[in-house]
Amino acid sequence: MIPAPFDYAAPATLAEAFSLLEQHGDEAKILAGGHSLIPMMKLRFASPEFLVDINNIPGLSHIKEENGYLKIGALTRETELDESEVIRSKYPIFTDASKLIADPQVRNMGTVGGNIAHGDAANDHPAVMLALRAEVDISSSEGTRSVPIDEFFYGFYMTAVQPHEILTEIRIPIPNGKTGNAYHKLERKVGDYATAGVAVQITIDDAGVCTYIGIGLTNVNPVPLRAVRSEEVLLGQKVTDELIKEAAKYASEDCNPSEDLRGDEAYKRSMVNVLVKRIIHKALERAHA
Amino acid sequence: MIRCKTSKEISGMGHSMKRKEDDRFLQGKGNYVDDIQLPGMLHMDIVRSPYAYAKIKSINTEAALAVPGVIAVVTGKDLEQYNLHWMPTLMSDTQMVLPTDTVMYQSQEVAAVIATDRYAARDGREAVMVEYEPMKAVVDPYKALEPDAPVLRSDKEGKTDNHIWHWEVGDKDATEKLFNEADVVVKEQMHIPRIHVSSIETCGCVADYDKVENHLTMYMTTQAPHAIRTVIALVAGHVGLTEEKVRVISPDIGGGFGGKVPVYPGYVIAIAVSFLVGKPVKWVEDRSENLQADSFARDYHITAEMAGTKEGKILGTRFKILADHGYTDAAANPSKFPTGLFSIGTGSYDYGTAYMEADAVYTNKPPGGVAYRCSFRVTEAVHAIERITDRFAMEVGKDPAQLRMENFIKKEDFPWKSPTGWEYDSGDYHAGLKLAMDTVEYDKLRVEQAEKRKNGELMGIGISTFTEIVGAGPSKDFDILGIKMFDSAEIRVHPTGKAIARFGTKSQGQGHETTYAQIIAEELGIPAAHIQIEEGDTDTAPYGLGTYASRSTPTAGAAAAVAARKLRDKAKKIAAYLLEVSEEDLEWEPGKFFVKGAPEKVKTIQELVFAAYTNHPQGMEAGFEATHYYDPPNLTFPSGAYICVVDIDKETFEIKVRRFVAIDDCGNIINPMIVQGQVHGGLTQGLAPAMYEELIYDEDGNILNGTLMDYLVPTAVESPSWETGHTVTPSPHHPIGAKGVGESPTVGAPPAIANAIVDALSPYGITHMDIPITPYKIWKTLKAKGVIE
Repeated sequence: MIPAPFDYAAPATLAEAFSLLEQHGDEAKILAGGHSLIPMMKLRFASPEFLVDINNIPGLSHIKEENGYLKIGALTRETELDESEVIRSKYPIFTDASKLIADPQVRNMGTVGGNIAHGDAANDHPAVMLALRAEVDISSSEGTRSVPIDEFFYGFYMTAVQPHEILTEIRIPIPNGKTGNAYHKLERKVGDYATAGVAVQITIDDAGVCTYIGIGLTNVNPVPLRAVRSEEVLLGQKVTDELIKEAAKYASEDCNPSEDLRGDEAYKRSMVNVLVKRIIHKALERAHA
Repeated sequence: MIRCKTSKEISGMGHSMKRKEDDRFLQGKGNYVDDIQLPGMLHMDIVRSPYAYAKIKSINTEAALAVPGVIAVVTGKDLEQYNLHWMPTLMSDTQMVLPTDTVMYQSQEVAAVIATDRYAARDGREAVMVEYEPMKAVVDPYKALEPDAPVLRSDKEGKTDNHIWHWEVGDKDATEKLFNEADVVVKEQMHIPRIHVSSIETCGCVADYDKVENHLTMYMTTQAPHAIRTVIALVAGHVGLTEEKVRVISPDIGGGFGGKVPVYPGYVIAIAVSFLVGKPVKWVEDRSENLQADSFARDYHITAEMAGTKEGKILGTRFKILADHGYTDAAANPSKFPTGLFSIGTGSYDYGTAYMEADAVYTNKPPGGVAYRCSFRVTEAVHAIERITDRFAMEVGKDPAQLRMENFIKKEDFPWKSPTGWEYDSGDYHAGLKLAMDTVEYDKLRVEQAEKRKNGELMGIGISTFTEIVGAGPSKDFDILGIKMFDSAEIRVHPTGKAIARFGTKSQGQGHETTYAQIIAEELGIPAAHIQIEEGDTDTAPYGLGTYASRSTPTAGAAAAVAARKLRDKAKKIAAYLLEVSEEDLEWEPGKFFVKGAPEKVKTIQELVFAAYTNHPQGMEAGFEATHYYDPPNLTFPSGAYICVVDIDKETFEIKVRRFVAIDDCGNIINPMIVQGQVHGGLTQGLAPAMYEELIYDEDGNILNGTLMDYLVPTAVESPSWETGHTVTPSPHHPIGAKGVGESPTVGAPPAIANAIVDALSPYGITHMDIPITPYKIWKTLKAKGVIE
C-alpha cells in the first residue's frame, strides 16, 4: 500500500481515543479491522491525516447473551462470529453472512462494528442488523448513547456516529418462541459485494401466525433498507406461500437499486424478489427445526 | 499408463518427482524483481492518462518537484531529445514510450516521477498537473472502420484509416462454392472477450546502469531475457548500449502467461533514467496499472460458419475475424503470423475445405494482443471451431459427441495435412473422447438431462475436442524480429558426476528446474536431484527465445535431450576405453554401460564422467560438456477431450459446474504431477473467460472494471473439482516424444463450458452466447426472448 502520508496513534483506553478524536476532528479516522479503510487509502479515495487505531483498547470484543440481549462488541472479528457456539446455535444468520464476507484473511481482521460503522449499503451486516432490530451503543467522552438501527444509517457512508464518537457495542433483543433467521446474497464471485442480499428474522406462534418479522436488504438501495411493506404483509398473519410471494414483490418494488456491472435495476429487483422468497422460507424452516 | 524407464532414485521421465524449486517458494525465499535492493536505488512511478483520447496541452511538474524526495519528472519531450520517445513493438508497429502531444488510451503513460523512495514517487505522481483536451474516442472496432471514423494513428505518414493489416489463408473460391451448395450451413457471430493475464506478480524492473563500466544490468520480469537483450541493443546501441554491455537477468517470476513477453514503456523509461543519472532505478507496477495498461489478450470478433451434410458430415468452415488491437499492434506473435496460429481452427475434424480471413484495427484502448497462456490465438480458433461444431450438431439434430466421433481425423491418417497448411504430427482423438465419455458416464448424463428437462430444470453437457499447435517453431517459418525460434540447452557435468544445465527459456512457475533435470536424468542416468537448472541470466545461459506458447518442452526440452545424448555418446567412448571393448559391444541402461553378455563388466555414468576429467582416452577432448540449439522440424499437436456438466438455477441463473472431465494428450509425460498441476491451473484460467473475466470499456474508452474488485479472477471457491486424465500419443518427431501441455486446458476449457451452458438453455431456443456467460447475461437473454418477465 502506498497511501498519502498520515499520522497514527494506538491508544490503550477509550478515554485516550476520545481525546485524540476530539483533537483531530474530521481529519481523524478510526482504524478497527481496516478492511474497508485501508483499500480506500491505498487507492487514495480516502486520505485521512490521522488514524486512531482502537485495536489495543480492551473490552470491545465479546459475544454474550445478557439481560435479554445478545451483545456483540464492536471489535469482534468476523471469524469470531463464525466460531462462536452461541451464534452458530441460535443466530445462524450471522454465520450465513460472515461466511459470505470477503475471504478468510479479511474475516480474520474485519470487525462487526466496522462493517456497519462504514455506512456502506453494500456491506452485509447492516441488513442483518435491520432484520434483528439491533441497538447500537455509541460512546464519547460525554458518555454512551443507544441508537436504534432504524435511525443509524443516514446516507452514503454516513451514520449516526459523529467524528468524536466510537461505536462500542451492538445489542440484539433475544428472540423468544419459534424463531428462525437467515441471510443470503448473490455475488458474482467469492469476496464480491452483493448483487442483492436479504436478511430475514421471523417468529411464529403455534398456529403459524407471524409474531415478529424483520427483513433487511443489502446493496439495493443508497442506504441499508428495511423492507417495511413486506414485513407488514406478514406480521400478524398466518404465513402462506401467497403472502410470502406478496412480501417478496413489495421488497422488489420498494428497494431502489442502481445499475452497475452486477446488473441493471430490473435485474436486481428481480433477484430481490427471488431472494426474499427463498430466505423467508429458509428462516421458517429454521424456526420449525 | 505411464511407464518409467529409470528408477525413482534417478527420477527420469514419468516420475512424479516433487518440484525442486518449491523449497524456496514455499518458504517465502523466492527472489522476485521487487525483492532486489541496490545501494542508491531510485524509485519510479508513472502518471497515467485519465482519458482514452486527448491532446496534452501542458504538463506542470512544479508541485511534483517540490515533494520531498522527488528528484525528476520525465516527460515525452525529455525522451524526444534522445530519440527514445517511441519504440517498436514485436509486430513491427510503433508505440509511444511517453507522449509528446497526444494520449491514445486510458491509463497510458504520460510522465514518470523519479524519487529517492517509493512513497515520495507516488506522492510526486499525485502532484503532477496535466492539462488535457479530450477528444471523442473510438472504442468499437467496427465503428473504427467506418469511413467517417477519425484516423487515430495520424503519427503514421499517409495513414487514412484505422485498418492495420489483412490476413487470409485457405481456398476462398472453393469454400464459397461449398457454402453455396451445401445442404446445411450454420453461422454464429462470436466475441472472444478482451481479457488480461493478471499474473500474481505485476511487471517491473530494476535498471542498473554503471557509468564507469558503461554497462547495464537489467533485472526484469521477462519471459524472454535473451530477446530483450537484443532488442535493448538494437534500440539503444546508438547511445552506447551495445549487446556485450547489456546483461538481462530475469529472476523468479510470479506468473507470466504471455503478459511478460512485450516491452512496456516503464522498462524503457527506467533504463533511460538510469543511463542518464547513473543510478539504479526500480519500477514496479501496482495492480491497477497492470490490469489497466499492460497488454490485453484475445478481443477477436469472429463470424464463424460451418457447412455440412444433413447426416452430420462436416465439409468446410469459414471464419472472418475483426481483431481489435487497441492503439497499436503490440501482439507477441512470430513475425510472419499476424493472427498467430489461428489457422489451427479447422480443428480435429477430417474435411478439406476452409477459408479464414482477418482484419486488424486500431481503437483507443490499450495495445496488445498477447498470447495469454495460448500458442498465439489458438484459444480464439478453438473457441470458434468447437462452438460452431456444436451449433452444427444442434442443426442436424445429432448428439455432439456422436457427431465429433464421426468427423474426427482417424489415428491412422496422421501425419495429416490440414486445409490451412499444417501437418498434424499425431493424435488419437477417438480414444480421448471415449475415455472422457466413459469417465463422465456420458450416456447416463443424457438420460438424467432428459428427465430434468421434463421438470423445467436446466442442466447442460458441453464437449470440446480440441487440437493445439505448440512448440514454435521451425526456423523456416518462425522468427521474432528476425531471430529464429530455436531454443537451447548447455549441460556441464562436474568431475563428481553432478551437473549444472542452463537454458535459453525462463520458467514462470512451469517447474523447469525439475522437468529439465528429469529429461537429462532420463538420457544420462544421473539422478535429477543432482542436476542444477539455471535460466534467465543472459551472461551465463545460452541464447534462446524464451518461455511462452508451450514451447519450452518442445524446443529447450528437446535441446536438453539431444545435448545429453551427445554426452552419452562420449560416455560410451570412455566406457569402451576403460572396459577395453569396442563401442558396439556395449549396452546402455539408465546410469551405466556394460558389456553385452557380461553385465559384471560395467561402468556407471559417474565413473565415466570422472574419467573424462582424470583418465580420458588419448586424443579425446577432456571434460564433460555439451550444448545444443534445437531447431524443431515441425510443431507438436497436443489434443484434448473435455466434457463439462452444468446445472443452472432457474430463478437466479447461477451456474454451477457440477463436473469437468479433462482428458489431455500431450504425448510422453515428463512429470505427471507437474502436468496435472499445469492442467488444473490452465482449466481455472479457462473457466475465467468462460464465466467471469472481461475487460469492459464504456463508449468514451473508460475502463469500467480496472481493479480486481470488478475484474473477476476466479478463485478456488469458483473452481470445480477438476477430473483429469490422459491418453498418450507421442510426437513422432520430438526427441522424447513430448508435445507441451501448459496451454491446452486454457484453450480447451472455455468452449466446453460455453457449450454446456448453451446446451442447458437450448430448450429456450438459444443457439449461442458470448463468453463470459454470467447469470446476469442469461437473465437478460431470456428476458429479451420473453422467457421471463
